[in-house]
Amino acid sequence: MLRLSALMRTTAARLSALFILLFTACALVLVIYVSALSQRMIQAQTQDAVLEEVSTLTQVYERRGLTGLVRLIAVRARQPGANLYLITDHNGVILSGNVEMIEPGVLDIEGWTEQPFYYSRYGEASEVTDVHRAVALVARLPNQMILLVGRDLGEPEQYRSIVRRALTAALAMMGLGAALIWFFVGRKALKRIDSISEASRQIMGGDLTRRLPVSGSGDEFDRLSENLNAMLERIAALNEGLRQVSDNIAHDLKTPLTRLRNRAEAALAEQDDPQATREALERTIAESDQLIRTFNAILMISRLEAGYSAEATTKVDLAAIIADVVELYEPVAEEAGVALNADIAEGAEINGNRELIAQALSNIVDNAIKYSAGSNGKPEVTVSLARSGGAVRLTVTDNGPGIPESERHRATERFVRLEKSRSQPGSGLGLSLARAVMTFHQGELVLSDGKDGKGLAVAMVFPDAKNV
Amino acid sequence: MKILIIEDDREAATFLKKAFSEAGHTADIAMDGETGFAMADTGNYDVYVVDRMLPLKDGLSVIRELRGKGNTTPVLILSALGEVDDRVTGLRAGGDDYLIKPYAFSELLARVEALSRRSGSKDVETVYRVGDLELDRLSHTVTRAGEEITLQPREFRLLEYLMRHAGQVVTRTMLLENVWDYHFDPQTNVIDVHISRLRSKIEKGFDKPLLHTVRGAGYMIRAD
Repeated sequence: MLRLSALMRTTAARLSALFILLFTACALVLVIYVSALSQRMIQAQTQDAVLEEVSTLTQVYERRGLTGLVRLIAVRARQPGANLYLITDHNGVILSGNVEMIEPGVLDIEGWTEQPFYYSRYGEASEVTDVHRAVALVARLPNQMILLVGRDLGEPEQYRSIVRRALTAALAMMGLGAALIWFFVGRKALKRIDSISEASRQIMGGDLTRRLPVSGSGDEFDRLSENLNAMLERIAALNEGLRQVSDNIAHDLKTPLTRLRNRAEAALAEQDDPQATREALERTIAESDQLIRTFNAILMISRLEAGYSAEATTKVDLAAIIADVVELYEPVAEEAGVALNADIAEGAEINGNRELIAQALSNIVDNAIKYSAGSNGKPEVTVSLARSGGAVRLTVTDNGPGIPESERHRATERFVRLEKSRSQPGSGLGLSLARAVMTFHQGELVLSDGKDGKGLAVAMVFPDAKNV
Repeated sequence: MKILIIEDDREAATFLKKAFSEAGHTADIAMDGETGFAMADTGNYDVYVVDRMLPLKDGLSVIRELRGKGNTTPVLILSALGEVDDRVTGLRAGGDDYLIKPYAFSELLARVEALSRRSGSKDVETVYRVGDLELDRLSHTVTRAGEEITLQPREFRLLEYLMRHAGQVVTRTMLLENVWDYHFDPQTNVIDVHISRLRSKIEKGFDKPLLHTVRGAGYMIRAD
């Protein structure tokens, strides 16, 4: 019964109950209206028939006298389903007709009887219970005799009781049907909700891989489940990101922290030589600065991956950022013997964060200069800006050694420094940060071959603000 | 210089006080926002160093209320928050500079010293002089011992910023912020290379070096 009470509390049950009430009310109004209307129609018909009968009888009386009248009544009274006929003298003594007994007082008032009265016919009434009800017109003939013509009410009353029975039956059917629909639909809804609650409980219990059930019917429950599943997907991704960050912090900061500790110890051991102590301490500070830098980069990546924030973006001109970064890196490139060029076809305004884009581009340019510096031939790094197919591509192309295709997807992972580059300085977070910046901008970071299949091209692909 | 440190981490605050005094400054500590506001309100300080998250009253409210009362003492905000637009929020509240934890003390010291000088009269001066080096902010000319030195626009701004803070340590991030208007941490030695270019232009042919590298901190221009 607990289930039934739960069923009663469902929206489906409440709606069904409401509908039953509404339908019942409507049906009642309809039936009352129809029966009242039909009763009035039957009454009018009865009166018409009786009136016509009386006028015929009066005519017969006028033409053929009392004898003719009595004879006609005798004939008519015998017909099946005949009207009531009665002729009495002015004292109320029955002269002719098919009525044996009549409610007293009916004949006293001329005109239509106001209330249905009781009567019984010849040969029928042996019991008082066998009396019938009728309405009648009472008329006084010119010779002071009283003529009564009436109609039995049995037929309309029967009709009314049929209507009443039909109504009761219809109501019962409706109630039963509604209860059944309510039971099955409500129970189905309840079952779906139960399964969703059960799945949520398991997820809350720690099983983040579980998903809410989707029946495939595409109904509102499915839509709800799908949305909640997408939300869980996002939570799981964020959770995974967080776990990865802590793993990386644990694994990759341990090494520099150990080194830092060793340096500090060494500085302590060098106490006798002030110069050596000083140098050791300076190296310690430099090491911790590097640690802080790495730490900030990790935090920043996590925050950026957490998502886009409209507040942090404005309209920015990518061409201006390129010009700034190229200007910033030009001396470094020159020193490394690398030709750094900007190739800007047209300006491109996007919605973005100037700082983040500049930082990401700096990291990419920095890498490009470092890796192309040692290459054979004329080292060259080109920053280009082009708009194509609803996207703005900011590409940094170098002619260095490039990255083998198989390793490209790993290059943007946190802390991953491809084997060959282990000897180069850097935290290994440059490309990861650039990728996080692109995620933040709802764009992507695409790595491909450089010009003529040599070197590396890193493209920051932004959605074009003009298309949004 | 008198510094007010509003910071609820006792150890960090004590370290800052000690480090500031070693650098030749005096510092007071307030451990919560209310006390900090009351102490700042006395107006006896040259710079406030305010942590963003404080008990009783948060750092930004302290700054907002001080500014509301017409207090224009420079404020440096310290924050463990590093969201993309936190800096903007902090500066909008009335902060003059923003430093994200963890930071190097040398960076904080350089910034605090730069801030205190900002409230001085350097803004109205049209000519900066360091030794025999002269920079005219109106005519955009640089001369050393009367000899004109040709600089690129960016080099001019770099030198202008260094000379404006002559005798003070200027860090690489401060240069990137004030000369290039970017607030990120330059990965490699980009700034160093710009400095060495500038140095070669203003020092080539002259005996006395003016632009000095301060190890572990940044640069300083001074005549000795």
